[in-house]
Amino acid sequence: MSDTGNRGVVWLGAPSFPDAAREALGTPQLRANLKRATGTIRDKRLAVASELGDWEDLRDTAAAIKQRTSRHLDYYLQQLEQSVTAAGGVVHWASDAADANRIVTALVQATGEREVVKIKSMATQEIGLNEHLAEAGITAYETDLAELIVQLGDDRPSHILVPAIHKNRTEIRDLFTAEMGQWGQAAPEDLTDDPRELAEAARRHLREKFLTAKVAVSGANFASADTGTVVVVESEGNGRMCLTLPDTLITVMGIEKVVPTFADLEVFLQLLPRSATGERMNPYTSTWTGTTDGDGPSAFHLVLLDNGRTDTLADTVGRQVLACIRCSACLNVCPVFERTGGHAYGSVYPGPIGAVLTPQLVGVENAATLPFASTLCGACYDACPVKINIPEVLTHLRAKTVEGKGRTAEALAMKAAATVLDSPRLLSAAQMAAAVGGRALARKGRIGRLPGPMRGWSDTRDTPAPPAESFRTWWRKNKEGDR
Amino acid sequence: MSSREAILTRIRAALADVPADEVPGDVPVPRAYRRSHTEPGQDTVTLFGERVADYRANVTRTDQAHLSEAIATALTARGVSHLGLPDGFPAELLPSGDWKWHQEPLDTEALVGLDGAITLAAAGIAVTGTIVLDTGPGQGRRALTLVPDYHLCVIRAEQIADDVSDALARLDPGLPLTFISGPSATSDIELERVEGVHGPRSLDVIIVDRTDPERP
Repeated sequence: MSDTGNRGVVWLGAPSFPDAAREALGTPQLRANLKRATGTIRDKRLAVASELGDWEDLRDTAAAIKQRTSRHLDYYLQQLEQSVTAAGGVVHWASDAADANRIVTALVQATGEREVVKIKSMATQEIGLNEHLAEAGITAYETDLAELIVQLGDDRPSHILVPAIHKNRTEIRDLFTAEMGQWGQAAPEDLTDDPRELAEAARRHLREKFLTAKVAVSGANFASADTGTVVVVESEGNGRMCLTLPDTLITVMGIEKVVPTFADLEVFLQLLPRSATGERMNPYTSTWTGTTDGDGPSAFHLVLLDNGRTDTLADTVGRQVLACIRCSACLNVCPVFERTGGHAYGSVYPGPIGAVLTPQLVGVENAATLPFASTLCGACYDACPVKINIPEVLTHLRAKTVEGKGRTAEALAMKAAATVLDSPRLLSAAQMAAAVGGRALARKGRIGRLPGPMRGWSDTRDTPAPPAESFRTWWRKNKEGDR
Repeated sequence: MSSREAILTRIRAALADVPADEVPGDVPVPRAYRRSHTEPGQDTVTLFGERVADYRANVTRTDQAHLSEAIATALTARGVSHLGLPDGFPAELLPSGDWKWHQEPLDTEALVGLDGAITLAAAGIAVTGTIVLDTGPGQGRRALTLVPDYHLCVIRAEQIADDVSDALARLDPGLPLTFISGPSATSDIELERVEGVHGPRSLDVIIVDRTDPERP
C-alpha cells in the first residue's frame, strides 16, 4: 500500500468500488463476520446513547463547535501552536503527505533511533508513514492489537475502529504463529485461537518494544487550542505505553482535529466512546500539554497535517465532513458496508464517511465511484454524533463527478436516447433491434455485465431482457383494428 | 513560502464565504445538554461504584477508619506482594503485613518487577465510572499505574464528580491526565471483549466515604 495518489493520500484506487464490492460479496465468511460484528456494535451503541436523554442536544453542540472551529480554523490553529509551544512542545506544519513524512523521518533520524512504536492513527495511515519510514531504514511497530494483526499479515485495515474485523480468530492464531517470531518475541508454540490467549501473546510480543523504544508516533483525537492539550482515546493501554515511556513523542494530527477549548472536550468525551465502541467511556483517555518534567517524553513534536483538508474546507457543502471524529458509527449502521466490508472502499477511510471524505481528500476525479457506494438511506446521518449530513454530501459529490466527466459514453448514450425517443420511426427501429440484441445477450431472462461503453451501467445491476415485441408492436397487431 | 504560511493562506482562501468581520464567538454554539446525567437527589457515590464495577473492576466501599483494613483485604485477595508506592501516599494508610513497598522514583526495569501499584486519584466521574489521575500527590508518574499488572486506586467520595462536565472543570489541563474506566481491554478479535492487554489487567477501586461529624 505504498502507492499514494497525486494529493498524497494512500490511495489504493484500483479496483474501483463496484469491482471490489463484487469480489467481497462473494466471500461468505467475510459477510458473516461483518454482519455479526456490526450488529453487535449497533446494539451497544443504541443502548448507551439512549441512556442520555439529551443525546440530540449533545449532537447539536458538537456540530456547532466543529462549525465554529472550521469557520475560524486559521485562528484556532495559530492559538494551538502558541499554547503547545508555550508548554514546551514544538509545532510543525505539513502541507501534504510528503511534507509530513519528511518531517517525521527527520525527527526520528535526529534521535539516532531505528525503531519507533506507534499508536493506531488514521492520519499516519493516510500518509503512508510506515512505508516511508521503512524506506529510510526505520521500523515502525504498530501496537494496537488489530493494527498488529494487519501489520503482521501485510494486510490492509478494513474498519476505522476494528481494523481486523475481516479476520476470524483462527486466521489470527495462524498469523501470530507464523509471523510474530520474524518481528520479535515469537508466539507460544501451543497458542490456541482463544481471544484471551491471542491478546496475551500480543502483550508479550510488544512488551519488549514498549520498554525499550525511545521514540513513539501517535495521532490525536482532539487538541484544545486554548490550553494546547492533546487527547488520545484508546482501550488497550498501548497508547499510554507509547505516550509515557519513550523519550520523544511525535504526534501527527489533521488540522481539523483542533477544538476551541479544553472545556469543549466534555461534549466529545461523551459522544465519542458511546458512538464508537458503545461504552459509557473507553478504558483509557490520555491528555498531555507539552512536556512535563520527570514524567513522560522530554521532547514533544506536533505535526499539523493539511493533505487535502483545505481543499475540503473550500467546498461549502463538503466541508462539514471535516467535523468527523472517526467514531465509525456510520460504518456500523451502513447496509452497504455491512455487505462489502472496508477493503472495497480502496482507502484507509471506508464506509459512508470514506465515501465522502476520500473523494474530497484525493480529488473527486480520482475516486469517482465512491460517492455512488451508498443507497442514500440516511442511517449514517442519524448515527453521526457530530451530525454530518452524509447523504447531502454524497449527492453533492455525485453531481460533481458527473459534471467533471464531460463527454462520457453515458452522457453520449443519454444524448442518443433523447434523439431516438423524439422520433417514433427511430424508436420503433431501436426497439426491434433491442428485442433481437437484448435476447441474444440475456441469460435466463436477465442481462448481466456488458462489454464496452455499457459496462458502467451493467456492472452494478442486471437488466431484464427486452420482450420479443414492444408494446407498440403488440398494440398494432392486436388492438389497432378494434378502434 | 513555508508550509505554515501556505496552509494558513489556503485556509483563508477556502473560507472566502465567511464574512471578514465574523469572529469565532459569532458562530452560535447551543448548550442545551445537561451538565450532569444523574437524577436529582441520586446517590452518586453508589452510582460511581456500580458503573466502575460494570467494567469488571472490583469496587469496595469503606470509611477512613477501615481504609487500611480494606487495602489489606484487596491486596490479599489479589495475592500481590511487591507494590509501587508513589510520593505523597499517606504512610499511615499502608497496612502492616508482608507487603514490600517500593517507593518512587522507580525506573522502567524496577516497574517491570512489581506486582502492582497503589495510588490515590485526582477525581472520579459517577455517570461513566471513571477515575482520573493527574500525577499529583499520591498518584505517581503515569508509568507507575501502567507497567505493573495490577492497580489499586483509593478515591474519596468527595472527589467523585457527577458527570464528565463537572470532572473536567475540576481538573488542571496543564497536568498529564489519565482517565481510567476499568482494566485495559480489547475487542479487536471478533469483537469479543478481553480484559487486559497492555495496561493493568486487574483494577481495584476503594471508595472512602465522607466522614461527616454532623451525622452518626
